[in-house]
Amino acid sequence: MTTQAIRAEQPLLSVQDLKIRIQMDNGEMRAVDGVDFEIKKGKTLGLVGESGCGKSLTSRAIISINPKECETSGTIIYRSEEEQTREELNLLSLDPNSKKIRSIRGRKIAMIFQEPMTAFSPMYTIGNQIMEAILIHRTKNKKEAKKIALEMLGKVGISDQEKRFDQYPHEFSGGMRQRAMISMALSCNPELLIADEPTTALDVTIQAQVLELMRSLQAEFGMAILLVTHDLGIIAQMCDEVAVMYLGKIVEQAPVKELFYNPKHPYTKGLLKSMPRLGGDKSKRLDSIEGSVPMPINMPPMCGFYERCSDRIEGVCNARSVPKTHISDDHMVRCFLYSDSREGDSI
Amino acid sequence: MLQYSIKRILMAIPVVIFISFIVFYIIQLPPGDYVSSYSAQMTATGEVMTQADMDQMRANLGLDRPVYEQYAMWAKKIVLHGDFGFSFNYNKPVLDVVKQYMGLTLVVSLVTMVFQYAVAIPIGIYTAVKQYSAGDYIFSGISFLGMATPNFLLAIILMFLSYTWFGDPLLGLFSNEFVNASWSIDKMIDLAKHMVIPVIVIGLASTADLIRVMRGQMLDELNKPNVVTARAKGLSEIRILFKYPTRAALNPIVSTFGWSLSSIFTGATITAIVLNLPIQGPVMYNALLGQDMFLAGSWLLFMALLTVLGTLISDILLAWLDPKIRTEFRGN
Repeated sequence: MTTQAIRAEQPLLSVQDLKIRIQMDNGEMRAVDGVDFEIKKGKTLGLVGESGCGKSLTSRAIISINPKECETSGTIIYRSEEEQTREELNLLSLDPNSKKIRSIRGRKIAMIFQEPMTAFSPMYTIGNQIMEAILIHRTKNKKEAKKIALEMLGKVGISDQEKRFDQYPHEFSGGMRQRAMISMALSCNPELLIADEPTTALDVTIQAQVLELMRSLQAEFGMAILLVTHDLGIIAQMCDEVAVMYLGKIVEQAPVKELFYNPKHPYTKGLLKSMPRLGGDKSKRLDSIEGSVPMPINMPPMCGFYERCSDRIEGVCNARSVPKTHISDDHMVRCFLYSDSREGDSI
Repeated sequence: MLQYSIKRILMAIPVVIFISFIVFYIIQLPPGDYVSSYSAQMTATGEVMTQADMDQMRANLGLDRPVYEQYAMWAKKIVLHGDFGFSFNYNKPVLDVVKQYMGLTLVVSLVTMVFQYAVAIPIGIYTAVKQYSAGDYIFSGISFLGMATPNFLLAIILMFLSYTWFGDPLLGLFSNEFVNASWSIDKMIDLAKHMVIPVIVIGLASTADLIRVMRGQMLDELNKPNVVTARAKGLSEIRILFKYPTRAALNPIVSTFGWSLSSIFTGATITAIVLNLPIQGPVMYNALLGQDMFLAGSWLLFMALLTVLGTLISDILLAWLDPKIRTEFRGN
């Protein structure tokens, strides 16, 4: 194998043993508890889970923009291929206010957010806010920056850019704002785009348009996407690989088809069952997962899904933390049902 | 925007007329009038005014006519000649009395305002950014204390301290040798020295208030998603702080600026009396006590006008600051 080939196989981003802890009045909350995943160049990884499972914190930890209260540990290796130099950087080792991490934010790793109304400041024009990132990372020339910004607005399907450029966020519709947000994120041609619930606040029709737009831009720019969502439908449509998160841990990870056709973890199965299906029996109630998510504060070592699981093994699942089991090369599940050993994880 | 402003000004006219009538009526309400308080004064000094003298005086001053007629005469003079009537106390036209005190009132009020904003905004930003730090607790403690302390009490304390430390309570706005002197560098320095206590005393309560408002606004703004977006774009913390949260937090502060207009022109009354400041507040107070009706009436009218004008200025400022409101105006 040539070095070129090795490099091609190395993932753009590797997250290893990411832990985020938050000190609360009643103890330490393990919001993210030992997460590992990789994002390959030009591919899309979906991070799916319900509210509060730590998926947003995980995605924001990559560029260190979580609030100060979050104690983050682990390694996040980012391999940039820019300018022939192969740079390998542990993003977590950088000071969150350092120049180095700021030169990566917005330039190499860009982010789009759930609520495009509040993610833009109402005080400045859309043009001003898009140009800002370009002026930091690409050019100091305002005219040139404006040209790039206008071009980007055109790319995301906003017509009449000259006029739109000088408008304020409240003069845009929800879908338009999210398009503008995408154009802002892509204005510096990033290698990785983190999309944190990019379509949650949008109408279903607009949702489809925005997803389609993201896909076509991915094809054009070749960036990788980390798509954070709670919507399995979007995952099926967009992703190459999926990681299912529950209570701060990734409980199952597999290529998208494998996960949908051959789910292993009881939680994944439950999620898939609770999705409405076309042509399904309308007289039947939609399945839902019993119980609710516990708070990850002062939890003993056990499976976080234990209380809600129909296949739980007493004395095993609630007695130790669950190790990873690799069902195949690319299918991982964290469940004792598939584990040969009944011994706990070393943590 | 211009259309909106003109509309607002036209709408203010009936409000002002209505206020002027109410003001005039209220001043008439207490029993007695300037003549009776004047005759009481005369009696105190040993002279006696007969009923005929009093009636004669009332007729001269026009006080024997019905209220609405007096009002009509007063209003007519204001509109036609800019004549606000005659101050019985000062024996001068009302306008002259107002003019006499206006200069120093404006100086004291404007310096106080600059002091308030210059102190409150940076402290507000600091306490929000460093929430729950030692500095935050210290400034918050001081600002609560500042809001709760009656300002006349503070005036007395500062006078006492100034007397024990510098041997001069710094009463009034000038030392004796400068009161009637013409303007010079020395007189300015003397004025500046005498302004320290009034500015602190008058400004402290609103400064404390402004610190709390600014801190609250900043805390709101600092947690907004647009700050996270800016961070994700790669902006430095200091640029984010000034471009996004500070700019947005200033809106409510700047837009209330107009409301303080009337207090700028009238000055603080109680503090001015305690500190013996030659500004408008005490003049107004004495006019009300002595039933100097035209002076008091003009004053109240003036304050009402300034309040209406101030609200208008606030609205226009807000429109200028907030793009969202600006668009609504354009749509008008």
